[in-house]
Amino acid sequence: MSATENPIRDEISKAISEHEVILFMKGRPEQPMCGFSARTVAALDALGASYAAVDILPDPRIRQELSAISNWPTIPQLFVNGELIGGCDIVTEMYESGELRETLGLEPKPDAPAEAPAAAEPGAPPLQIKNDLV
Amino acid sequence: MPSTDDLKQRIEAAIPGSTAEVTDLTGTEDHFRAIVIAPEFAGMSRIEQHRRVYAVFGADIGGPIHALSLVTKAEA
Repeated sequence: MSATENPIRDEISKAISEHEVILFMKGRPEQPMCGFSARTVAALDALGASYAAVDILPDPRIRQELSAISNWPTIPQLFVNGELIGGCDIVTEMYESGELRETLGLEPKPDAPAEAPAAAEPGAPPLQIKNDLV
Repeated sequence: MPSTDDLKQRIEAAIPGSTAEVTDLTGTEDHFRAIVIAPEFAGMSRIEQHRRVYAVFGADIGGPIHALSLVTKAEA
């Protein structure tokens, strides 16, 4: 596909290649909109990782194109050095085995909990919907 | 709405020699967790193992199955 035929896919590929660590998630790291995204963010934050984050919710085409690129159906998706590491389950497993820290090239963090921190129940509905209607 | 038994049967029918233990995370038949043990997972990366299970459900993931949390192993 040329750049003119599928600009969203090209943008996603560019973002993956330009950021050493990038997380595609529902919501933003400071306000995840899904328990799985929240848990993945919590694991990265517990290691003190720095990462780029993309909220896939604003446009359904982002998720569609991302899944087509990665051959992975669910969100979140963590990429390191252009390669898909996994979703919440794999990131959590890798956190607990120490592989995530190694993959991210981080120094051990003494205060990081041994078990992946539970930011929210996996599968929980959106944490909170703020009602701005008066 | 798929049931835990539906998911278990589909996984076990699609992946030879596999056993699947499926739980409904929310009680709403759309967020599931599956522990899948299959001999063919030996030698596959975790990503490949999970892709193999997701492939069983195709477009149902993100459709009727909102979430499928996975633990995959080659042997019990």
